[in-house]
Amino acid sequence: MQSTAHAFKENVGAALADPNLQDSLAKLKVGFSERRRQAAERLPEFEALRDRARDIKNHALENLDFYLEAFERKVIALGGHVHWAPTAEDARRIIGDLCRSVGARTVAKSKSMVAEEIALNDHLEALGIAPIETDLGEYIIQLRHEPPSHIIAPAVHLTKDQVADTFFEHHSKLGFTRRLTERNDLVAEARHVLRQKFLDADVGLTGANFLVAETGSSMLVTNEGNADLSNTLPRMHIVLASIEKVIPTLEDAAVLLRVLARSATGQESSAYTTLNTGPKRPGDLDGPEQYHVVILDNGRSAVLGTAMQDMLRCIRCGACMNHCPVYGAIGGHAYGWVYPGPIGAVLTPQLVGVEEAGDLPNASTFCGRCESVCPVRIPLPGLMRHWREREFERHLTPRAVRQGLALWGYLVRRPALYRRVTSMANRFLALFGRVEGRYRALPLASGWTRFRDFPAPPGGGTFHAQWRRRRR
Amino acid sequence: MRVKCTAANVVNVSKLLASQPTDRPRRIGLFVTCLVDLFRPSVGFAAVKLLEDAGCTVEVPALQVCCGQPAYNSGDRATTRAIATQVIDAFEGFDAVVAPSGSCGGMLAHHYPGLFEDDPALRARAENLAARSYELTAFLVDVLGVEKVTAHYPGIVTYHDSCSGLRELDVKAQPRRLLGSVEGLHLREMTAPEVCCGFGGTFCVKYPEISNAMVGDKADDITGTGADTVLAGDLGCLMNMAGKLQREGRQVQVRHVAEVLADMGRIAPIGEPDEER
Repeated sequence: MQSTAHAFKENVGAALADPNLQDSLAKLKVGFSERRRQAAERLPEFEALRDRARDIKNHALENLDFYLEAFERKVIALGGHVHWAPTAEDARRIIGDLCRSVGARTVAKSKSMVAEEIALNDHLEALGIAPIETDLGEYIIQLRHEPPSHIIAPAVHLTKDQVADTFFEHHSKLGFTRRLTERNDLVAEARHVLRQKFLDADVGLTGANFLVAETGSSMLVTNEGNADLSNTLPRMHIVLASIEKVIPTLEDAAVLLRVLARSATGQESSAYTTLNTGPKRPGDLDGPEQYHVVILDNGRSAVLGTAMQDMLRCIRCGACMNHCPVYGAIGGHAYGWVYPGPIGAVLTPQLVGVEEAGDLPNASTFCGRCESVCPVRIPLPGLMRHWREREFERHLTPRAVRQGLALWGYLVRRPALYRRVTSMANRFLALFGRVEGRYRALPLASGWTRFRDFPAPPGGGTFHAQWRRRRR
Repeated sequence: MRVKCTAANVVNVSKLLASQPTDRPRRIGLFVTCLVDLFRPSVGFAAVKLLEDAGCTVEVPALQVCCGQPAYNSGDRATTRAIATQVIDAFEGFDAVVAPSGSCGGMLAHHYPGLFEDDPALRARAENLAARSYELTAFLVDVLGVEKVTAHYPGIVTYHDSCSGLRELDVKAQPRRLLGSVEGLHLREMTAPEVCCGFGGTFCVKYPEISNAMVGDKADDITGTGADTVLAGDLGCLMNMAGKLQREGRQVQVRHVAEVLADMGRIAPIGEPDEER
């Protein structure tokens, strides 16, 4: 996917001016966090499970080569194939070649953020292969030619009315000529349209929540069951996953599943949890003839062993964005690439470059709500600060900010001089603000006063000046 | 109510035990914070009064300026270390360092040691300071065991949980407990008192549109309670909320929690003119 993260500030302006988006976000801000809170409360051992989930992922990352190879051996023993893709381009080529090898015309896809990351749909279309999104949210945004705005709820930026319009526009040519307005009717209509496409698809492509080294299984959770049709009906099943998805055992998967759904949607468990373990065996009633796993690196291995490694623990639940007041204000598209919210602010600079995505780790108040709900306890504000440090070291921080900081840093390290300067500022602000008690505009502070009044200090001097007088 | 035994409480108890060969910590260094110094000195005096009323001796080391967060959160580690070293020097020898701010308190108590990973001597001093550093209301309640204050503030009040205090120092029950003893004061909670107000230090001027959307939500939540006063423990958040409420002409007074607890609730609220002038 082409990044627009460099245009973050413009994206923010557009997002804040979009009434449909703001309507959708108003609901999201309350709904997800309340459901997660209740789910966590119902499970007394939830906090202990978060610790275990963190430890499992840390262990897997510290032994990533071992578990990836173990996973590969298992898949091969089952009669499947593993393909290693160092870059997005490699992954596209591998998948394109696999599709062409069976003469595929259509690919039924269930939701995969990694497929978004490598811009798979554009590549398949260029090869004359039609990608069909089978997840309802993905299907909606595919019809609208939009990227996802949330990692588990890709169409969360849309209102029901917008979805109704989109279906009416696209489905009327298929014979569905009534504009539907009820949620259930819309879902039923999408199901009708999609069902035949499942049956026709030559290749099924899914992502994976986890790759289990012990069994060679890929594990996928959905609430719609669409993945099960994508991976059982077509002749070929391709799993696309990134390297950090591998975990040691099924027992580990059980722990991670318990925190995943609760953190994501507040469900105890997602409606469908599917394990795919190799191709169809002799005697199996159904299943794919060919089973391929494409494992993508795309810059992730460079983080291993660094202070940023913690970001690879992410299990893509979306809790950080559901609880982020910045995401809640601007939605996912403003972040400009595949992964929005706090995890996006940490991951995107790694995957597309900090020059491109430098705004993202800066656009945070460090309120820490993301870290407080992350099921694998990723220190998201700390990682964002790491990026800010790298930007500062490389002189990517805006010049005005650097100069302001340098001047302020000079003063702070000279307390006597600092006191004289702040006493003057205090007297000036108190004097000219005494009638109103505040300023509607202030030179050099337009970022503040465009939207807020600036409180004036009362007369009498700074605290330190008053304290000295008092103690004399 | 469910009683929660949190890590922070345990730490506070162990800090308390560690600090009492004699008695409770008595000699306190007040970390004024740069915002209180410049924009709202009454918060500093309120803190002094509350600590003295609880039997402490309060000193204000002259060397202190700022905790260093503007540099730290802008990625300027070298400047942050220089400032932190200065703060460590300034507060050498006090039984406890108390700030009327969860943000600055959190900086000292949580972030300083990590700045000196390559310097064992300074790291040890930073850890020593961190173990002695507190947010004001948490110090009063958790360490000094203060249960009530002598103050009067008639009206309906809502309390905003500032992020760093809440999530780094577990400041949540302490200010509410003390406010419960203020005569005439009724506390009415917001729908989302724990959601950030959008201040975020330099964030509010680097991304003013996002900050404005966040403080707009906060202003709605505050007015939705019907409270006539909003309190918090951090001046940055308070100035942000006051500025937004006043720009929109909403009739809500904004004050620091320490001022109300120290019975200084009759001075002009933040951003309002002083009537005596």
